[in-house]
Amino acid sequence: MAMAVRVCLGFLIVLLYSNFSTALYEDQVGLADWHQKYIGKVKQAVFPTQKSGRRRVVVSTEENVIASLDLRRGDIFWRHVLGKDDHVDQIDIALGKYFITLSSEGSILRAWNLPDGQMMWESAFYVSTPSKSLLYVPANINLGKENWFLVFSGGWLHAVSSIDGEIVWKKEFAIDSLEIKQVFQPPESDIIYAVGFVGSSQFSVCELSSKSGEVLKHNTASFPGGFCGEASLVSSDMLVALDATRSALIAISFQSGIINFHQTYISDLVQDFSGMAALLPVKFTGIFAMKTVSSIYLVRVKGVSELEVLEKFNHPASVSDALTLSEEQQAFGIVQHVETKIDFRVKLDKDLRNGVLKETIEMDPQRGHVQKVFISNYVRTDKSHGFRALIVMEDHSLSLVQQGVVVWSREDGLASIIDSTTSELPVEKEGVSVAEVEHNLFEWLKGHALKLKGTLLLASPDEIAAIQAMRLKNSERNKMTRDHNGFRKLIIVLTRAGKLLALHTGDGRIIWSLFFPSLHRSEACEHPSALNIYQWQVPHHHAMHENPSVLVVGRCGPSHDALGFFSVVDSYTGKERNSLKLAHSIIQVIPLPLTDSTEQRLHLIIDANLQAHLYPRTRDSVNIFLREMSNIYRHSIEVGKDMIRGYSLQSGCNLDVADEYCFNTKELWSIVFPSESEKIATTATRKINEVVHTQAKVIADQDVMYKYVSRNILFVATVAPKAAGEIGSVTPEEAWLVAYLIDAVTGRILHRVTHHGAQGPIHAVVSENWVVYHYFNLRAHRYEMSVIEIYDRSRADNKDVWKLVLGKHNLTSPVSSYSRPDVMVKSQSYFFTHSVKAMAVTATAKGITSKQLLIGTIGDQVLALDKRFLDPRRNVTLTQSEKEEGIIPLTDSLPIIPQAYVTHALQVEGLRGIVTIPARLESTTLVFSYGVDIFFTRIAPSRTYDSLTEDFSYALLLITIVALVAAIFATWILSEKKELREKWR
Amino acid sequence: MEKGKGLARKWAVEFAENTSSSSSYSGVPDPLGFNRSSQDLDDANGGRQKKDAEAAWKSQKAWEVAQAPLKNLLMMGFMMWMAGSTVHLFSIGITFSALWQPISALQGVGKVFEPYKDSRVDILAPKLLFIALNLAGLALGVWKLNTLGLLPTHASDWVSSLAPAQEVEFSGGGLPIH
Repeated sequence: MAMAVRVCLGFLIVLLYSNFSTALYEDQVGLADWHQKYIGKVKQAVFPTQKSGRRRVVVSTEENVIASLDLRRGDIFWRHVLGKDDHVDQIDIALGKYFITLSSEGSILRAWNLPDGQMMWESAFYVSTPSKSLLYVPANINLGKENWFLVFSGGWLHAVSSIDGEIVWKKEFAIDSLEIKQVFQPPESDIIYAVGFVGSSQFSVCELSSKSGEVLKHNTASFPGGFCGEASLVSSDMLVALDATRSALIAISFQSGIINFHQTYISDLVQDFSGMAALLPVKFTGIFAMKTVSSIYLVRVKGVSELEVLEKFNHPASVSDALTLSEEQQAFGIVQHVETKIDFRVKLDKDLRNGVLKETIEMDPQRGHVQKVFISNYVRTDKSHGFRALIVMEDHSLSLVQQGVVVWSREDGLASIIDSTTSELPVEKEGVSVAEVEHNLFEWLKGHALKLKGTLLLASPDEIAAIQAMRLKNSERNKMTRDHNGFRKLIIVLTRAGKLLALHTGDGRIIWSLFFPSLHRSEACEHPSALNIYQWQVPHHHAMHENPSVLVVGRCGPSHDALGFFSVVDSYTGKERNSLKLAHSIIQVIPLPLTDSTEQRLHLIIDANLQAHLYPRTRDSVNIFLREMSNIYRHSIEVGKDMIRGYSLQSGCNLDVADEYCFNTKELWSIVFPSESEKIATTATRKINEVVHTQAKVIADQDVMYKYVSRNILFVATVAPKAAGEIGSVTPEEAWLVAYLIDAVTGRILHRVTHHGAQGPIHAVVSENWVVYHYFNLRAHRYEMSVIEIYDRSRADNKDVWKLVLGKHNLTSPVSSYSRPDVMVKSQSYFFTHSVKAMAVTATAKGITSKQLLIGTIGDQVLALDKRFLDPRRNVTLTQSEKEEGIIPLTDSLPIIPQAYVTHALQVEGLRGIVTIPARLESTTLVFSYGVDIFFTRIAPSRTYDSLTEDFSYALLLITIVALVAAIFATWILSEKKELREKWR
Repeated sequence: MEKGKGLARKWAVEFAENTSSSSSYSGVPDPLGFNRSSQDLDDANGGRQKKDAEAAWKSQKAWEVAQAPLKNLLMMGFMMWMAGSTVHLFSIGITFSALWQPISALQGVGKVFEPYKDSRVDILAPKLLFIALNLAGLALGVWKLNTLGLLPTHASDWVSSLAPAQEVEFSGGGLPIH
């Protein structure tokens, strides 16, 4: 056995030496991988009206994406993902061909070319005080002459040239502490009006010269009731604001420099008003929209003292911005829920009683409520106006509604995945019909004949294309059943909106989806949000008739002590099997390494009072848990307090009602980091389901080292509090990084190492007996990656062959953390070129295959780096035996092999996480990476040594065998004949 | 050995009546100076000598056969030296043939020495030599196997796929959910 392994290893090493990376050929792209592009929840949308842009819409989203979408199919024409902190505040279209964005709290203004998304110019403004930013693009813009955009941000008003983004003039308002709410320029006028509030009770109007920014007039008037800061411009000389208590409306007219206030209580205007009101930021002339707890009101302003409620829409509803149809006609859209359907109406501002359009649309109930609506018009063949609406739903999806049907919808919630898990597919059923087999057989033969032609280089270009098409839409990939290699699975993801979606690994299509907020919204639970997903039941041996299921935990509110809810979802059907309102909060969920008799995993939920609640709540699970309770511990990392605490569990809770599923926690140990010199930056643990094949590591000269393999290893990295900021904010002398390896049961620090002059951000990954972490070295001005491998020295003397042969050793007997095993550590650091966004390690079914690190680079790609490069035993001069072992000679930096990009030519924009899932085939790992985009592929870190490649030509093999057998027969017959002839001679 | 037996006369029947003349078979007197009995005696003497020679030849042959593996051994040694100490197809082939030859020779040790079996020939010593030499050849093969690192003589060979020990305790938790 060992011999065979040794021989195999020898061959493997030879193989590995020849191939460091497993790159793809061009025609293999898309065979095992898929990539989906998303944009995230749409914040703002504008419809270009110029001819060329008619069929598009440009949007900005909460994921800092700006994109141009095709209105017919919903595809992305172009898309830009801005930086993480570069939130888009305002967008607009200028001159019909520029798309203007104002981002980063109003400090960056950019102009993009509408057809292709090229950036035309960019200008940055100095922002002294953070404030809401405003962008004003004059409507009467002339193509010929230079026009100015007005940008208010951080106390300054800037006029920016539309040609090159130069700042023409700027005016500071921060001195007067004037916060501008609206900027506008009446048509055909050289005067710019800027209106705003000074403090909380003064209203101010500025008239500026549009040429120079000079203040022509400045009027201020104070209102004793105070303002809350919200205001809506209803005409060029009138504004509606809310007072400080948000219970009264103040109409402000500022015609020709005279400021008049008129207060109207909302309760006078509408019945049964209570609580607070808010003004919706929609732009109508003469009308404003007001939102209360239960409804949205449209109010017409006839004069300063005359307000009239036009219409009331009960929640959930949404009102679009006004759309100018002609000089004096404006239209707006309203979307309202009517039971399971949604009601879309378009009205003209002149004639509010009768709508222009009224459509009822069937909408998927898994999309929740309407959040936003944007409308645009088109001219029908009979010259009348047609309308279409872009609807943003609660699950962040985007749909286009036209003529009463949903033309397309995009599942943009997938741009904000927060957690993921996987599930197996159902086992294939017996009884496939004969006709199907025959058909398949014919197809199979035809396909193989084609492939054979391709292999023998006989195929014409058309046939090559056909072969490629056949490979790409291989139906095997997309079946809804389990496959032998374990490549087909369901990836279950949870989005920030609270939607659970199951994606098929074959092509990434959505199998089912479930929207939690609409499922759990109730009186007691007003703002439900889903937090995490866990594996609840994975039937392996018992309970095979049951479908696997996942557990979703959520909270009823944003605070930590909000009550939790609990939902078990069937992985095959996406139906909620069981749901539970918890009587306690959730601050931690601990999946235990125990399952009950129906293979439901036991979970401990820790509430805000540090009490542990056991789920599932059955007698069976309690019995199993009580048996193991003395060996179950809990640790919690308190980042704010720079502390780690360890707890044990005890029966009985101090609750009013006796609850046998509730347990108390008792503090056992704590590690307190000195707050003046250390601050917790990153923690990492081993994945709970990681499989380790062996505890021994065979090193050069047949020597053996025993790995310290423990699932309770906790890696904690702390940095100097001063150096917690951005790279370069401190000198190397002030920055340091301390890495700890901690046993989470006893709180024992297994290893501690300090890197001087090192700074975060730190990314770490723990696997088997090693940890790899990435940080910035301020002295070398480069990123660095360090590896720590930890070995058990107390086992090192197990070297007597006879004892091992006879099995008289204690290497497999259970170990306790309290036995304080003596550990030994090897470590090494290497330079690395890239900064890192996410880091993961490959995982295989049995843990035999060598590991690769998956690094999400700054370019939003995933790079596979062999763990062998991060071996602490690498040395400049290697002995013969070390060379045989496959140790790579020491270099100061880690190589980046272009072929080692798992994502090949694609980018996973806004990369946030990489998940690895073992396939059933030992050599292969499934990789799922997500950000704004999602990407899936499978990789084989040591190549697929346990299977033939997919494009292996079975037909060629078969033909070769047949030909050989035929040749044997022919030569035998010939030789017989010859012999006979010889004998007759 | 059958040939030798045919030469020896074990018995004789004298059909002639005149027993007085033992010198003649058919009344024809023997030539002068011919003494039949002495010739008979000579004949018997010659048979014995032949047998001795044969036995000597056999034992010599047996020794030769017994020493044959020595040459083989030297050749094998040379081949092994040529093959080097890294694992590849050639060295594996050589090593396995070096192991296989002595084993098959030892299996057929009885057959090899069968032609030389004689009551007067001692084939035990050559047999022992033969076995010893083959064992030496086997040892050489094993030694080669060991130098190639294919023998499980190290601790690492026995623990390389030993599963990690089970842990008694479990600690869960980490960062609180936010």
